[in-house]
Amino acid sequence: MAVNPIRRPARAHAHRDPALLGVVFVGGAIGTAIRSLLEDAFAGPATSWPWTTFAINVSGAFVLGFLLEALVRSGEDAGGRRLARLGIGTGVLGGFTTYSTFMVETTKLSWAQGISYVGSSVLLGAIAAWAGIRAAKGLVRIGETV
Amino acid sequence: MTTLLIALCGGAGAVSRFTLDAEVRRRITGSFPVGTFVINVLGSFLLGVLTGALTHHAGCLSPTAKAALGTGFCGGFTTFSTASVETARLWLTTGKSEGSRYAVATAVVSLLAALLGLAVGRLLA
Repeated sequence: MAVNPIRRPARAHAHRDPALLGVVFVGGAIGTAIRSLLEDAFAGPATSWPWTTFAINVSGAFVLGFLLEALVRSGEDAGGRRLARLGIGTGVLGGFTTYSTFMVETTKLSWAQGISYVGSSVLLGAIAAWAGIRAAKGLVRIGETV
Repeated sequence: MTTLLIALCGGAGAVSRFTLDAEVRRRITGSFPVGTFVINVLGSFLLGVLTGALTHHAGCLSPTAKAALGTGFCGGFTTFSTASVETARLWLTTGKSEGSRYAVATAVVSLLAALLGLAVGRLLA
């Protein structure tokens, strides 16, 4: 892909490009709305194991691992690939998953439940992300457009 | 209507995360993902403040405002997926121990921040 010389280097100032900020905003709004609707639909008592947040976070970690690895393998971080990384990765999946709700939910659980909730979320989240990366390595060949 | 408000605040949270992470990356280099760490600790503290204030003083904030700022902004600002991918990447590059240290540090410090936030919220409201 030809590089437009007027454009600033891709990574250094992406966060000051209004169009890219707009992409992150729209993606974040969509991801947050989906999370909010799921939390409402599957709401349980505050003192029970937060299955909805747990499922949202672990599944989001898998998809983000897959997406970022697939994009890196398919080529340079520019154009459509950068829009996908920022819009779907930083925006939708970043907004879909949440650390703050995860932590405040933990404070409402018993000690034993809290420890198992944090431990299993963090461990399974990282394993899910790793599995997503592995899946992309297996499915996407270097240089293949996704 | 509330969902739309939550979505807009989530978008603002995501843009804040993107901007803050990029600014931190420009200043602090190294393999430890300081940007995401700071974002998750800060967001957990903020949601703690909101929750603490509302738990002890139900009238200080409307349920819609709490949902917009908490579920929307704090939820869109913090991210579990990026933290997990960063952990997995550290596992795959610098070895299991640095990745695990990052994951444990984020969880422990964010949890302490949420507890501190709950206490602060109770005092503020």
